[in-house]
Amino acid sequence: MDDGVRVENRPVKLACRGVWKLFGADADGFLARYGHAPDNAAIAAAGLIGAVRDANIEVRQGEIFIIMGLSGSGKSTLVRCLSRLIESTAGEILFEGRDLLKAGEAEMIEIRRRKMGMVFQHFALLPHMTVLGNVAFPLEVQGVDRSRREARAREVIELVGLQGREGYYPRELSGGQQQRVGIARSLAVEPELWFLDEPFSALDPLIRREMQDEFLRLQQMLRKTIVFITHDFDEAIRLADRIAIMKDGRIIQIGSPEELVTAPATEYVAEFTRDIPRAKVLSAASVMLPPGGDYAGQVSADAKIAAIAAQVEAADRPFAVVGPDGAVVGRIDRETVIAVLVGRDPAGRAAP
Amino acid sequence: MNTAAPALLRDGRAIWALALGASILFAWATRDLVPWAHEYPRDWIWPIRFEITDFMKWLINDASFGLFSFTDLTRSIAWLLDWPLGLATGLLSTGLMQGQGSDAVQITPPLSWLAVIGAVVAMGHYARDWKLAALVGGCFLYLAMFGQWNSAMITLSSIVVAVPIGVAGGLLLGIVAYRSPWFERAIKPVLDLMQTVPVFAYLVPILFMFGFGPVAAMAATIIYAMPPMVRVTMLALRSVADEIVDFGRMVGCTRRQLTWKVLVPASMPLLMVGVNQVIMLSLNMVIIASMIGAGGLGFDVLAALRRLDIGGGLEAGIAIVVLAVALDRLSQAFATRPPPVHEDPARGWIARHPWLVVALGWIVVTGLAGLVMPGIQAYPKALQVTTGTFWASLVEAINVNFYDALEAVKTAMLLGVLIPFKRFLIGLPWAVVVGLLAVAGWRLGGWRLSLLAGGLALLVVITGQWEKAMITVYLCGISVLIATAIGVPVGIAAAERERLGGVVRAVIDTLQTLPSFVYLMPVVMLFRVGDFSAMIAVVVYALAPAVRYTAHGIRQIDPQLIEAGIAAGCTRRQMLWKIKLPLALPEIMLGINQTIMLALSMLVITALVGTRDLGQEVYIALTKADTGRGIVAGLSVAFIAIIADRLIAAGSMRMRHRLGLAAEGATA
Repeated sequence: MDDGVRVENRPVKLACRGVWKLFGADADGFLARYGHAPDNAAIAAAGLIGAVRDANIEVRQGEIFIIMGLSGSGKSTLVRCLSRLIESTAGEILFEGRDLLKAGEAEMIEIRRRKMGMVFQHFALLPHMTVLGNVAFPLEVQGVDRSRREARAREVIELVGLQGREGYYPRELSGGQQQRVGIARSLAVEPELWFLDEPFSALDPLIRREMQDEFLRLQQMLRKTIVFITHDFDEAIRLADRIAIMKDGRIIQIGSPEELVTAPATEYVAEFTRDIPRAKVLSAASVMLPPGGDYAGQVSADAKIAAIAAQVEAADRPFAVVGPDGAVVGRIDRETVIAVLVGRDPAGRAAP
Repeated sequence: MNTAAPALLRDGRAIWALALGASILFAWATRDLVPWAHEYPRDWIWPIRFEITDFMKWLINDASFGLFSFTDLTRSIAWLLDWPLGLATGLLSTGLMQGQGSDAVQITPPLSWLAVIGAVVAMGHYARDWKLAALVGGCFLYLAMFGQWNSAMITLSSIVVAVPIGVAGGLLLGIVAYRSPWFERAIKPVLDLMQTVPVFAYLVPILFMFGFGPVAAMAATIIYAMPPMVRVTMLALRSVADEIVDFGRMVGCTRRQLTWKVLVPASMPLLMVGVNQVIMLSLNMVIIASMIGAGGLGFDVLAALRRLDIGGGLEAGIAIVVLAVALDRLSQAFATRPPPVHEDPARGWIARHPWLVVALGWIVVTGLAGLVMPGIQAYPKALQVTTGTFWASLVEAINVNFYDALEAVKTAMLLGVLIPFKRFLIGLPWAVVVGLLAVAGWRLGGWRLSLLAGGLALLVVITGQWEKAMITVYLCGISVLIATAIGVPVGIAAAERERLGGVVRAVIDTLQTLPSFVYLMPVVMLFRVGDFSAMIAVVVYALAPAVRYTAHGIRQIDPQLIEAGIAAGCTRRQMLWKIKLPLALPEIMLGINQTIMLALSMLVITALVGTRDLGQEVYIALTKADTGRGIVAGLSVAFIAIIADRLIAAGSMRMRHRLGLAAEGATA
């Protein structure tokens, strides 16, 4: 249903406004005294730890929103505030326009049962249950009868490619397989909002790669609204529609991978983006020259350079860059592509 | 002067010297000036014990909760405990009965010895392997062959009933404590106290409330065995990974679902450790509770002790050891059973539970066969072996041949060490001891610890228990010194030589599974009654933690530090004294702390072999069903234990800080 609608035009599924999480005694009173805007020095002086400071994000329907930060940056705390696993010190968390912080315990249980799913870094599988039992567990908690919940569990197990392993116990599976179980389990209830807390961080690099592809395949089919936590910038670039970068509890920039690479807000963000291959991030639109002359062919404005490089490089004339409506918005030539590939600043890059 | 005093106060050693000097001076100078500080005047004694006794009498005779009286409550508890116990004894020992007293008619015979052995063998194989099955089967076969079957089954039936109740109760309390910090704060000191109050002291009020008999013994057993389960439950639930808890909440578990579907199953391996503890403590208490009417092996030992029938007592004692080993290994195997492996779902229920089916079938077959062949129902008398006379003649032989040597050792120890130390301690003015304890508390842990140590000691004084308390301290102190002198070197040796370490660990593990009662028999056999026998029993019983903690302390030293010592050219002796021992010292202190706790609990049991300390006081109270006397004396023992525990724990903490070691392992 979202196909064709650009991310920024879709409705907001989950938003948080002015969310704070301070650890320590009397964090509420402290925040109120400082008018919900204490500076770092004041927080430190009060002996508090500012795990999340004034976080504002909007996650739109069907997008992969990645929260990226190094360990201790507060990303895990933020996602636990969003899912209300821990209580925020202040702020609003709006899920489909309703403030979660005002929901009672019963209502919260109902929302979690029907609308949210979560995947954990260390899988969090129940050791005493088989794969089938684990995947069916969220439905068991809801009181769904055995044959129905097991039928549904078998469906999602097949979706993640674990058919035949239903009777296995978690410790009999490899890390990658265990996380497939974790993913299947979180999808069993068909959640609308899908939290993934560093889901691939505990896996070997090769398996991680494979699981990222698997994740993208699933998302192609399911189109969930996703909040994805990672400390791996490469992973964020590969998977994200938009990325929020956190440092010391603050979100310092939110943008698409391309925006982060072309216009880092701070030196800290620039440091992350330095080693990212530009060709995989930059689109034709961001490096194109003004239209004119005669074209060898057409490329889409949002095509990544890496995808069109061979084609453009092989031609002796530039390509036309066309927008979503089919109009020519610019041209791209061999020199520009090569400049991007070797990491030199393309001379005619459009201003961000 | 103004600047010198605080500087002097800051130096730890100066304070100790000052306090000690002042107290000696005080003791010497004030003998006649303030006699009340030396011997606590009788008139000043707080008659709390009579008040407690009166309160208990009121509770039993008059107390009422409106709809029902206190006696109704104890009666209904007794009824609740009585019928499962009747069922268990019926199954294992007497056969199921209909009717009351002497009119009772046996409906079915009890499970035959072959059925019980078959069942435990199946359990052994299910829990681990054929080796364990053979061990457990052999243990039970021993009980049948040596004529201990019936007593052992009575003991076992108490355990079979007490353990599930203790485990369930402990689990529930632990869960409540996990959920509610308020309840945890309330229950922690109670648990501490319950683990330090000597076992006999439990028996007195229970005897008063439930009367003499197996039900009272059962109540005491459950109360005694429950606290570790509460602790293990809290620990186990806390150790469930945060992510698992988060997961449970994210799928929308209610609190009840979170507890029973997520937390409890996920922490099952640790909870099983608690079950093992409950089983072993229940066994220990069922034996001791023979004093208030538990039958079985404990009663046999007690009766033999009273008759000084060494042979019979040893036989029953060994049967307890055998039963303890079987129960311990079996429950440990269940606790450490590897987690399940996936199964072929196509196989039926019978194929998936072969051992249950075989065991049930075996029980039915032997039961039916037993109806026709008495030899299958009860182990044939003709095949029984008795070792009683053998043990009796062995003891006689030892006494004939080694009497002089044993007596000489005993007399030398008594005259040279025990009696002078006892005189010294009793001679100390109470005011000085209380003061020194307060100073020690202040130095080691600040004013709160000072208040605790001094206050508890003062309570012992004003309830009129001072002299008996000092005798307790003397016996405990000597025993702990000897246990430390033996245990620490053994622990060091065990840590340095791997094979020796394995042997030592096996011995220590077995020593720790034995009920405390068992230690009395061989000691009485060799040294007869008195302080010396008590001391030997206490030393053997309390040795284990000294060895274990020392070995652990030495093994956990950072290998880099050892390498640094080698690089610096230390000799073996320098290595031990300058590197290993100082670094292992905090751990060794905790071991000594545990040794003191065990020594105190054993000391009370040794009242049976004629000591004159607080333990004897509790024992007398028990025989007279004098609740107040028993509780006051029992609490005094607990206070001594708490003072020692808190002071040593604080000292160990300080040492850890000074050495820059993490605070792990410190008692909370």
